[in-house]
Amino acid sequence: MNATLKLLMAALAAIVLSACAGQNTVDSQSTDASSGDDASTVIVDDNAVTDANLSDPEAALETVFYFDFDKSSLNYETRAALDAWADVLASSPRTIRLEGHADERGTREYNIALGERRAKAVADYLSTSGVSVGLVETVSYGEERPAVPGTGDSAWSQNRRVELK
Amino acid sequence: MRYLFLLGFVLFSSLSVRAELVIEVTETNVQSTPIAVVPFRWESGGAQPVDFAGIVSNNLRRSGLFDPMPESNMLSFPFPGQGISFRDWSISRTEYLLIGNVRATPTGLEAEVELYNVITQQRLMNRRVSGGSNNGRDIAHRVSDLVYETITGIEGVFGTRILYVSDNGKIGDDAVFSLMMSDQDGEREQLVLESSQPIMSPTWSPDGKSIAYVSFQTGRSAIFIQNLSTGRQEQITDFQGINGAPVWSPDASKMAMVLSKDGDPEIYVMDLATKQLQRITRHFAIDTEPNWTPDGQSIVFTSDRGGRPQIYQVEVSSGRTTRLTFEGDYNARPRLSKDGRFLVMVHRRNGQFHIAVQDLQDDRVIIVTQTSLDESPTVAPNGALVMYATKRQGKGILAVVSLDAGVKYSLPSQAGNVREPAWSPN
Repeated sequence: MNATLKLLMAALAAIVLSACAGQNTVDSQSTDASSGDDASTVIVDDNAVTDANLSDPEAALETVFYFDFDKSSLNYETRAALDAWADVLASSPRTIRLEGHADERGTREYNIALGERRAKAVADYLSTSGVSVGLVETVSYGEERPAVPGTGDSAWSQNRRVELK
Repeated sequence: MRYLFLLGFVLFSSLSVRAELVIEVTETNVQSTPIAVVPFRWESGGAQPVDFAGIVSNNLRRSGLFDPMPESNMLSFPFPGQGISFRDWSISRTEYLLIGNVRATPTGLEAEVELYNVITQQRLMNRRVSGGSNNGRDIAHRVSDLVYETITGIEGVFGTRILYVSDNGKIGDDAVFSLMMSDQDGEREQLVLESSQPIMSPTWSPDGKSIAYVSFQTGRSAIFIQNLSTGRQEQITDFQGINGAPVWSPDASKMAMVLSKDGDPEIYVMDLATKQLQRITRHFAIDTEPNWTPDGQSIVFTSDRGGRPQIYQVEVSSGRTTRLTFEGDYNARPRLSKDGRFLVMVHRRNGQFHIAVQDLQDDRVIIVTQTSLDESPTVAPNGALVMYATKRQGKGILAVVSLDAGVKYSLPSQAGNVREPAWSPN
C-alpha cells in the first residue's frame, strides 16, 4: 500500500469514526468509496468534511479519549481512533505525549495513579498496534488539570480523559 | 524561636491577588467554657500594634473548648498590677479571666499576662512573652497556647502554620498554581511558589524549617524540597512516571514517596543523605499516599490491591503488610494522629466523599464531615483538630473539624480555589 493511499484511508477512518461518535451521518457511498479508485470523491456530511484535512494526516484524528468512572479500559471508539493513530505514526513517526486525567472525585494522589493507568492503557494499545515504545511518553495530571470546570456528571465525564499531544 | 521566624523571600507586593483566607465558624461545642479575655493595656505610645485580646479570643473560640465573653459585656477592665473585682466576673458566670499588659521594649514587644480561676480567685498562670516589633500576632498566639495548655492540659497549636495549594480558578493555559503558607487561622498569607504548572502534596519537615511538594514545572511530576528561610529549592526526584506524595520520616532522615518508574505506583523510601531508594511495596495495584507511623517503623498507605482503595500498613524493615480499613469501598489518603491512635482518611459513603476517623484501638469509624467532596485531611500537631479541603458552591475551600466533630469552621478564600492543606509541626 503506498503512503498516500494509507494516509487517505487513515483520514477516512477518522471521518467515519467522528461520524459514529457524533451526530454526523455518513452517506453510504462514502464508505464504499474507500474501495474505489478515487477516495477524494467521498461524499460525507458537511460537518465531517471540515475534519478531512489531507495535507495533515493527524488533523482528522481524535486526540482526546474518554473513560468511565474509576476505569482505565478503552472503549470501542478509542480503540478505533488509536488504530488510525497507529497507521499515521507508522508512516510519519514522531514522539507523542499521552496526558492522563481524572475527575475531581477521590483523593488527589490516587487520581494521579488513575490518570497514569489511563495514559498507560492508551500507550499499551498503541504499542501492540506497532507504535514504538520509545516514541511514547506518558504523564499523569490526575485531577489537577480539568478540561471543564465545575462539578457534576457532565464535567466529570469530560475530565476523565487521555489527551494525545 | 518559631515566633520570630520571618520569610525573606516572600513577594509581599503580589499578595493582593492571592487567596486570602477568611474564617467562618459554623459549629462550636455546646459545653464550651466561659472565659473573659480583657483587652490588654497598651503601656507605650501610639496605637496597639495588634488587637492582642481579640486574637486570643478568636483562637480560643475556634478551639471549640471556650466561649469568650464579648467585650461589651465586661463590667471592668483590669490589668496585671491592678486589683481584680472578681464579683464583676462571677456574676456573669465567667470561669476564667485573662488580663494583660503589653509594652514596646528596645528589642520589640513584651506582654505580661495573668490567668485567673474566677471561682477560686486563684492565679493559674503568670507569664511574660516577648518578640520582635513585628511579632505582635506571634505573641498573641503564644499567649493563646499558654491559656489553652494551662486550662486543658493539651498542647496549643495557635502558633502553627499551614501550607496549601491555590489556583486562580482558570483552566488550560490561563491557570496559575500557587503554593501558599499562612498562620493556622489564615492570617499572614504568603506566597511560597507560583507556577503555570500544577503543584501538589505540600508537606512539612519534622522541624518545620523545610517543606516538600510535587511540581510539574519540568513538564512532568518531580519532588522538590525547599528550605523556608533561604528559599533554596532542591529537586530530589526525576524518574519516569509518577513522582509523588512525599512525606518525611519522623526522624527527618528519610522521605517516603510514590514512584512508578518500575511500571506502576509503588511506595519507596529515600535516604535523604545518600539519595538511596528502598522499595517498600511490590504489587501491580496502585500503592500510594504513604504516611509514617509515629515510631517511624511502618508506613500506612492507600492501595487498590483488593479491588477497591483501602488503607494498609507495611513494616518498613520486613515488608509485612496488613489491611487496616474494612468499612466501605473507598478509604484513602491516610493520616495518623501524633500518638498513632487515630487514622484520619477520606471515606466514601453513598457516593459522597467524607473525612472519617478510625480509632485503631477498637477500629470504630466515625464520619466527621457532611459535605460531599472532602479530601486531603491533615491533623493538627496536638491531635485535636483536622483540617481538610472541600468544595462549596463549586469553589475549593479549606475547613477544620475537631476529631470529636464538635467544632467546625471553614477558611474559604476570597479568590480562586484552595486545597491540600498541610498543618505544620508545633
